[in-house]
Amino acid sequence: MAEPELSVRCKGLVKRYGDVTAVDGLDLEVRAGECFGLLGPNGAGKTTTVEILEGLVEPTAGTVEILGRRWETDEGWLRARLGVSLQETFLSDRLTVLEIVTLFRSFYARGRNVADAIALVALGEKLHARYGTLSGGQKQRLAVACALVGDPRLLFLDEPTTGLDPQSRRMLWDVVLAFKRDGGSVVLTTHYMDEAQRLCDRVGVVDHGKMIALGTPQELIDSLGGNQIVEVSVAEPAGETPEQLAKALADLAEALKTAAGVQNARPQNGRVVLTVTELHVALPAVLQELQARRVALTNLSTHQATLEDVFVTLTGRALRE
Amino acid sequence: MNEPSHVRVRLAAIRQLSLMRLRLFLREPGAVFWTFGFPLLLSLVLGIAFRNRPAEPVVVAVEAPSEVPLARAERAYAILAAAQDVEVKRLAPLDAATALRTGKVSLVVVPTVAGYTYRFDPTRPESRLARAVTDDLLQRGEGRVDPVASASRVVTEPGTRYIDFLVPGLIGLGLMSTGLWGIAFSLAEMRTKKLLKRLMATPMRRSDFLLSFLVVRAFTLLFELPPLLVFTRFVFDVRIQGSIALLVAVAMLGGLTFAVIGLLLASRAENPQVVSGFINAVSFPMYLCSGVFFSSSRFPEPIQPLLRLLPLTALNDALRAVMIDGASLAMVARPMLVCAGWGGVAFVLALRLFKWR
Repeated sequence: MAEPELSVRCKGLVKRYGDVTAVDGLDLEVRAGECFGLLGPNGAGKTTTVEILEGLVEPTAGTVEILGRRWETDEGWLRARLGVSLQETFLSDRLTVLEIVTLFRSFYARGRNVADAIALVALGEKLHARYGTLSGGQKQRLAVACALVGDPRLLFLDEPTTGLDPQSRRMLWDVVLAFKRDGGSVVLTTHYMDEAQRLCDRVGVVDHGKMIALGTPQELIDSLGGNQIVEVSVAEPAGETPEQLAKALADLAEALKTAAGVQNARPQNGRVVLTVTELHVALPAVLQELQARRVALTNLSTHQATLEDVFVTLTGRALRE
Repeated sequence: MNEPSHVRVRLAAIRQLSLMRLRLFLREPGAVFWTFGFPLLLSLVLGIAFRNRPAEPVVVAVEAPSEVPLARAERAYAILAAAQDVEVKRLAPLDAATALRTGKVSLVVVPTVAGYTYRFDPTRPESRLARAVTDDLLQRGEGRVDPVASASRVVTEPGTRYIDFLVPGLIGLGLMSTGLWGIAFSLAEMRTKKLLKRLMATPMRRSDFLLSFLVVRAFTLLFELPPLLVFTRFVFDVRIQGSIALLVAVAMLGGLTFAVIGLLLASRAENPQVVSGFINAVSFPMYLCSGVFFSSSRFPEPIQPLLRLLPLTALNDALRAVMIDGASLAMVARPMLVCAGWGGVAFVLALRLFKWR
């Protein structure tokens, strides 16, 4: 059968819970063989979106096509070809790794060998360990093994590495990359920028149930206009009201925008954040401007622009706020 | 592509789901105790507490007066003291009054010139009994001749004792508790933990999932009955008068009925706390009214038809009919139909109401 070009296509997705609109007209396309990341802070609507795509939540409005089929007509067909890891699943503490994966395998007509699926997530040594004795990272890897045991073509991972130690995260990343190498498509949600940059071919930034930016991680970073971020903190004159301080900071940002090499500048959390293209040009210009305005510098830091900066620029808020 | 047949996949799924249920049950020491140990313990405690004792003697006092009827008082004391089932005391009038008031004696015999006066409280059954027994003894002792001869034959056959009544009730109670708690509680827990949602994201069939609960329930039931029956047979000589096959069939029907009611109770509840409330609300009235510890016929006549429609009443009636009266299938058909009716209605409702996601 011909592989559809799109693993996921949804249009005008809306989900309301009473007065609350969790997803607000979201369009999304995921190409076959691609790893797509949904980025956004908690409560942005990522999980609701993914659960609609997984056929676990009914959308209030909008159309969803997965692997070219629809949930209303082809649920059985789709279930057999999707692997799902929910944001939170507590499997039964008193079952062992082997028993749990065997249980999940039994639901699929075709799938991986149970031992292979367990080896894939490096839990071979924990075969007979009860779920309750596993660490957070091991539990998460087991959840991914359960998602992979049906040999899916499309894998959904909802915040697969939240709260995990760095080693467990890297291990899971390797599993995802291997799955992709074998031709599978992945949709994952995360609020870790490094994770998205490492795993995702394209990312969509979601806020308040809407897609506010879409592209490859590099495209999104390039959209900032510069690839370096400079953060400037200045001494606050005593006795000024918060409003006066905010105004002073906004004025400073406005002034720094015109400095050489500075693409953008805006006040944020008592600092001024600059987007610059060439650090060696911008820094002297910025320092000169500060001196000219007789502003005392208390701190200055620079870093390579990340998706985090993209998100802050788009929303004015940090991702994990 | 060589895919295993649809039926084989489903059988494998049901097998694995059932194994999961069984493992979870066996690895929960509490659940195992409540299912297997508790009924044994309860039957032992209640069997001892309500064991048949020899008939209790009637306790009476004879007032020891100071004056004329002294001789009559002595004679009354002698007559009563000679009787087997009477315990008699000689008390001064004041002490006798106190003893009667505090229930230490059931009756006070006051000798008079003409005969005897009995002081007692007719609202106390043991006092009324004491009056009848005492009067009979004294009259005969004073020379009354009975117009016709009467004889007694004492009956204490197995089947008439409290423990014989109790054991089928305990079986019914166990079937209800295990069905409701074992199934509703674990389902609610699976929903709270999002395990139900996770399973829904697989090709697992919902009917297979529900079926696995019933399969495991039926399976554990086979191991639930024998310990109680064997234990009470050896300790209290409780016998099964009817067919064991019919008893198992009745128990199976009852166990599955309550399992399905458990499914219904858990069909929408979001967490185990809500489910606990439901289970208590459903099971508590039946605890009291369905004839577990005492016969439901003690409740007023007008509500009897209602009580007989409760699933546990029907189950207990059928279990008792088979165990005590040796009833045949035809004789327990009605309560079994009542049970099956509950099961059927609950199953349809549970399927319609069940919240899977």
